[in-house]
Formats: sequence, C-alpha cells, structure tokens
Amino acid sequence: MESRLTVSSSPHIRSTETTQKIMRDVTIALLPAAAFGVYNFGLRALTILVLSIVSAMAAEALSQKIRKVPITVDDFSAVVTGLLLGMNLPVSVPLWLPIVGSAFAIIIVKQAFGGLGHNFMNPALAARAMLVASWPVEMTTWTAVKADAVSSATTLGILKEGLNVPVPSITDALLGTIGGCIGETSALLLLLGGIYLIYRGVISIRIPGLYIGTVAILTFIITGFDVQTTMLHVLAGGLILGAFFMATDYASSPITAKGQVIYAIGMGVITVVIRMYGGYPEGVSYSILLMNVVAPLIDKYTKPRVFGGAK
Amino acid sequence: MNIKNFTNGLIKENPIFVQLLGMCPTLAVTTSAVNGIGMGLATTAVLISSNAVISILRKFIPAKVRIPAFVVIIASFVTIVGMLMEAFTPSLFTALGLFIPLIVVNCIILARAESFAYKNGLVASLMDGAGMGLGFTLGLFVLGSVRELFGNGTIFDVSLLGANYKPALIMILPPGAFLALGILLALYNVVQIKSSK
Repeated sequence: MESRLTVSSSPHIRSTETTQKIMRDVTIALLPAAAFGVYNFGLRALTILVLSIVSAMAAEALSQKIRKVPITVDDFSAVVTGLLLGMNLPVSVPLWLPIVGSAFAIIIVKQAFGGLGHNFMNPALAARAMLVASWPVEMTTWTAVKADAVSSATTLGILKEGLNVPVPSITDALLGTIGGCIGETSALLLLLGGIYLIYRGVISIRIPGLYIGTVAILTFIITGFDVQTTMLHVLAGGLILGAFFMATDYASSPITAKGQVIYAIGMGVITVVIRMYGGYPEGVSYSILLMNVVAPLIDKYTKPRVFGGAK
Repeated sequence: MNIKNFTNGLIKENPIFVQLLGMCPTLAVTTSAVNGIGMGLATTAVLISSNAVISILRKFIPAKVRIPAFVVIIASFVTIVGMLMEAFTPSLFTALGLFIPLIVVNCIILARAESFAYKNGLVASLMDGAGMGLGFTLGLFVLGSVRELFGNGTIFDVSLLGANYKPALIMILPPGAFLALGILLALYNVVQIKSSK
C-alpha cells in the first residue's frame, strides 16, 4: 500500500510542461532568425553558432560532472544559452571566442551559482559583456553583409557617430539585410519567434511589449518625433532579440506582474539613455544585465500582500 | 610557539583567502605580479613595525583611547614606508598611487594590533606581523600573477603564453579582480576541504 501512495505537499495537479519542452520551444523560436543569420553572413556564421552551442553543452556536462549532480544536457537549456550567445556575436570573431564565451556563461554564470534557475543574470548576456570587455576590437568589428570583405558599421553605429554612410531603410532593418550580430538583424523573424513563444505560453507579452514600447516612445520624443530614426532604433539593434528572448529569462526576471512592469520600463529607459547619451551605440545587453541584478530587489518590494494577513 | 605565530598567517589564517581582510588594496592594485608583491611588502613592513611598537607600548596605552593610539602609530609607519618607496622605487610608488597612504586604514593592520599585538609580547607580535604580512603578500602575488597572466599574457613582464595569445583585457580591469578572487577562493576552499578529510 505504501509504495503505491506518493505523499507530497501541494500542489497536486501536475503539468505536462517540463524544462525540456520550454527550452525546446525557445530553440524552435530562435531557429528562423539564426538560419537567416547564416543566409545573411555566410557559412562562417553557422560554424560560430555550432561551436557556441556544442561548447555550451560540453561545459554544462563537464561542470555538472565535477559538481556530482545529474547531467542535464538534454534539457536544451545549454543549447538555448549557446545559441543566444552565438547569435549575439559578430560573424568575424575568431573561432575560439564563442568557445570561451560559452564556457564562461555555463561554468561561471550558471553552474557556479547553482545551475538552472539559480543564475542571477542571463548567462549568454553576461558572457557577451565579458567578451566585449576582454576583446573589444574583435567584438565590434562588423563585416558587411554578403561577405564582400569590407567592414561596415551597424545601423545604430551609423546613427550614433553621424557617419557619412547611407542609413539602411526600415524595410532592410525589418528583413534583416543589415550589418550587426549574427542573429539580431532580422527583426521580422525574431518577432515571429516571439509570437510563437507567446502563443505557446512560454513567455507573456508583458516584458517584451513594455520594454520595446518604452524604447519606442522615449526615442520618438528625444529625436523630436522622427519616425524613421525611431523605427530604426526599434528594429535594427538587438532590442527585439533581447526583449523577447533574453529579458524574459525566468531565473533572472521578477516574478510578480507589477515587478515585471517596473523591470521592463527600467530596461527601456536604460537602453535609451545608453544609446542616446552613453558611449556605446547599443545598450540592450547592459540594460538587461543591470535590471537582472535588481530583479530580486524589485520582487521584494512588489510582493503581493498575503490574503488575510495583517496590513 | 613563536614559529606557530609566524606560520599561522601564511596559510591557515591567510588574510586574503581565509579572513577576507584588506579587500580594497587586494582588488585594486593586483593588476600585475609586481604590483601585488610591492603592495604586500609595503603592508608587511608597516604591519611588523606597528605590531612591535604597539606590543611594547601596550601597558602604557589606556584601553579607552587605544584605537586612536593605534592609528597614530600605524600612520607614522605608513608615512615612513611611503617616503622610502617614493625615494627608492619611484615607478612602483606611482603605480600603487593612492593605495599606499590607504595602508593606514587596511583592516589587517588594525585587526592584528587590536587582537594580537595589544595582548602579546614583542617577539610573538613581531612573528605574527611577519606571518600575516607575508600571507597577505602571498595572496596578492598569486592574485596579481593570475590576472597578469590572463590579462596580459605575462608574469613579471615575461611572456608566458606566446605571441598568439590574445589577452583577455577584463582580467586587468576591475571586474577581473572579482572574478579571479572568486575563483581562487573556490579553489582554496576545495584544497582545504580535501586536505582536512
């Protein structure tokens, strides 16, 4: 009798949702944009994506073996981290760079803090920030689309520096035939992936919607109601990729609805401040990392009152 | 007995890896092995001298004003060490900059004065100061070497990783200090746990 009864605390309703299913959905949602990156930048982009995914999985297996915990490479979470990191790299980086980045993301940012669900910031983004700080030249050398071996600035770089180069059209930015990191160029396919995730219930529209909305409204006001520039700021940088796929990381974003609103608007404000007044043309990665760090604080102050508890 | 006072600070109660004291110079000046050793030895000189003087004067310093008295003694030695460094090792003096006068407020020195020199005799205090100071120097040297090796490809300006190594600049930037110290602390704890079994 005892062996047939499982005594456990609530909740008793089981969901069929597993880490593996969620992470697989995220991978599926990222694939169109990643595939477009390979089409856009050539086979070298594929090599970089594969290298970062494989090394992320290897780093996960290795660190879990050292920690003597069950090895969960098959839950796709390392795949997502590796894929996101690869998509956040320029195509011209040396081939050892994605390996170093993935190892840092998994071993230092994820496993050293306790593994899946315990990372205090998004591992792929933390690795990207580390790579930018370590190898600034390699991380900001942008090869022009279709590999005609000329380096070109990103759209936001052109806007920031006021370079004497034609700014890409909104259509180019939407389709993704512009310079940038491997997986951030095609706004359309990233949006498609984001909608798929919302449809599957993996993420809610709250964080990405408010984040992108804040950036759009602030940019619109600061640029003096310039529709063209505002659209480019929304579509051309890493905003769509960051808002749908990285800001929504379960472990490093607030849990409460009110907290998520504060979190998303905070990221929007920081992004615009960095882009408009800071030294870098792009601020998505730093704004997400900064808000990741304050997420526990936001949760603390937006905790709902316990029903029936004292005021 | 005195030997034990000396070896205590080297490994078992290492100021950096065990007590986590003096984190400000530890994180700030360890951008190279030379800077680490320079800072460590300057602190050691102050620590030995202040421990000795405080131990001699411990019967004369009233308990109520002992902290101001310690600070005056420590500050005097820091001034002496600073002037000597400016005269004889000017490049190191420039590299360490503000962190030399800041030795005055290094927690290790005040902690040893309060918890050891004020309660023990001259020889024991000298030994304690030397042990703690060299333990601190050892910690700074290890941290400085690791950061210089990965952040610049060298140790003591000798190239070790070859010309093809692309240095990870982050290691000689402030975040690298935290990363390197965290990883070294983890390794130190692993070794300690393994050896105590």
